[in-house]
Amino acid sequence: MQNDQLTLASARGPSGPRSQRSLPSWVSTTALLMPTYGWLTIAVFLPLLTMFAFSFLSATPMGKAPIVFTFKQYRAFIDQPYLVGIGITSLLIGFWTTLFCAILGFLAAVALVRSTFGKTREMLLILILLPFWTNGLVRVFSWTMVLRENGFLDSLLHMVAPEAGSIGFLYTRYAIVVGLVHGYLPYMILTCYIALSTIDDAIIAAAASLGARWWTILFKILLPLAAPGLISGAVLTFIPVIGSFMEPRILGGRVGVTMGTVIEDQFTQAFNWPLGASLSFTLLAVVLAIFATFSGVLRRGTAL
Amino acid sequence: MTEITRRNTLKLMTTALLLAGVGFSSLPGKAFAAGTITVLNWQGYGTDEAWSLKAFTEKTGIEVVHDYYSSESEMLTKLRTNPGTYDLVVLNAARCAQAVAEDLLQPIDFTKVPNAKTVDDNLLSNPNFSKDGKGYAVPWVWGMTSLAIREGMPVPDSYAALADPAYKGRVAMDDDAIINVGVGALMSGQDINDPKDLAAVTAALKSIKPNVKLLWSTEDQWNKSFAAKEFDLSLFWSGGSVRSKRNSKLPVTFVVPKEGGIGWVDGLGIPVSAPNAEGALAFANWMIDPAFYVEWATKVGAPASSNSAALEALPADDLSRQVHKPEYLKTMGIVSGIPDDRREAFNNVWQEVKAFYAE
Repeated sequence: MQNDQLTLASARGPSGPRSQRSLPSWVSTTALLMPTYGWLTIAVFLPLLTMFAFSFLSATPMGKAPIVFTFKQYRAFIDQPYLVGIGITSLLIGFWTTLFCAILGFLAAVALVRSTFGKTREMLLILILLPFWTNGLVRVFSWTMVLRENGFLDSLLHMVAPEAGSIGFLYTRYAIVVGLVHGYLPYMILTCYIALSTIDDAIIAAAASLGARWWTILFKILLPLAAPGLISGAVLTFIPVIGSFMEPRILGGRVGVTMGTVIEDQFTQAFNWPLGASLSFTLLAVVLAIFATFSGVLRRGTAL
Repeated sequence: MTEITRRNTLKLMTTALLLAGVGFSSLPGKAFAAGTITVLNWQGYGTDEAWSLKAFTEKTGIEVVHDYYSSESEMLTKLRTNPGTYDLVVLNAARCAQAVAEDLLQPIDFTKVPNAKTVDDNLLSNPNFSKDGKGYAVPWVWGMTSLAIREGMPVPDSYAALADPAYKGRVAMDDDAIINVGVGALMSGQDINDPKDLAAVTAALKSIKPNVKLLWSTEDQWNKSFAAKEFDLSLFWSGGSVRSKRNSKLPVTFVVPKEGGIGWVDGLGIPVSAPNAEGALAFANWMIDPAFYVEWATKVGAPASSNSAALEALPADDLSRQVHKPEYLKTMGIVSGIPDDRREAFNNVWQEVKAFYAE
């Protein structure tokens, strides 16, 4: 009897009364998540929702113009068919930029991981991040000096071959891609670097000792194992690139018309926020559709 | 002798407090009358010349702070979304009508702008600047957008030159919907503010495509590209051409072809919510003062002043005076405020043309 009471007391002892008084677990979970989600709501969801609501209005709800609810902004691609061409251009620029970033970024990351150690590696990583410390506009404008006719590129060529014509290609799509690759390469290098640095050296040593050449190691071991880094780098590059407007505007000249510049024009020049918002959300839908189509490939890549 | 009683001490303290109160309350009052004003303008466009601000502050005690915009619609957005921030805003006639219609500006008390007496009457009564007989902006400067060509090349006499195969890949256009629709309208023989046949405007602008090398959006960009010999013929601002020639020594000639320039007038408006309207009026008066204008126009290069007294004070060989000949005013069409649907149509025309250029 006494024993029973003791067991009962000990059972209730430390945990019993407390569990009666404490709140259900979801309350504490909510309380812990509140700051993050509260901040996200204020900083991300609310502005996005406002823009989403704007995209269904007939005019920007500032000033005195009467506002009507309408779907016409989402018909822009039908009413102004030239927008489809601009959209395809933007996606192509996004594709080429991502491809070049992936090739260059992956190779740079391999070089970093496989050929450098300690201080040197830290130093090189800092050098890769250096461009982020300067203003993006400065970086893009400096490209105009390199790429324009009689620019640095031409001067270099003329030092070797004085009679050669101009190879400056400012105000072409190539110039836009060059500027964008320069701007977004660090993302790709960093994501690939992180993925590559987790690969065990022993695997590579084993492969080499069994007679695998460098290309076999690269394509059969490094590339598949670094796929998650490559894929997240590609996503990080592709999405901002198709919405970019500064690089196309400055480096593209006459051909620098992309979805980014069209959307920017709607906000700054035409004061047509609803159209700008609807174009942005259409673009978002297209991007999501692309990722959904390739989600199988993406999942397989990241699962490895 | 007064005794130091509790009552006397109290009296003394009250008097002291009252005096102090009067002193303090009068101080911010004075500071407010002089105080600071915030001017919203394009960067490097007359109001922010350091020597002028120094002279103005010495004269009136008013400090001038600046905020800038990079497009006129950005200016309107800033006025709409930041009430109580700006005291004076530089705005184009075309945008002024829109701002007045949206109740963003307050009527101007011209008795506090004595220099306005010699401002051209046509400009003062321009329908874009006034509503119900009240003026809503002090006309400040005017100018034109027209053609600019590299010195030594044949001077074009028509906007048709923009599509001339002789200038293949050597033309720069202003990335501005209103100006380009205006040019398209002039090329197809229509009114710049209300072209009935937008398809003809679009076709005229599209015909320039093989010549178009780039679209510029700031004067700085124009100067850099012109200096790098990226184009020879361009749409450009009359005042900009004077600045480029005088300050950057660029070999540019400003041309007004037979169709006439696309004219603009910039005014100085005071936002409804201006914290220091008095100070803003004093600054507006200084901006059309011959003393300021002559120095601005001769040292920096400026568009034509709305104040005829200021224009006449310029030396006869002045570049700005040569570019802004009075006879141009006869052929010049002034860009006016246009209804929203037409503005949207103009923007769509320009977007479509830009997309065509980019193909």
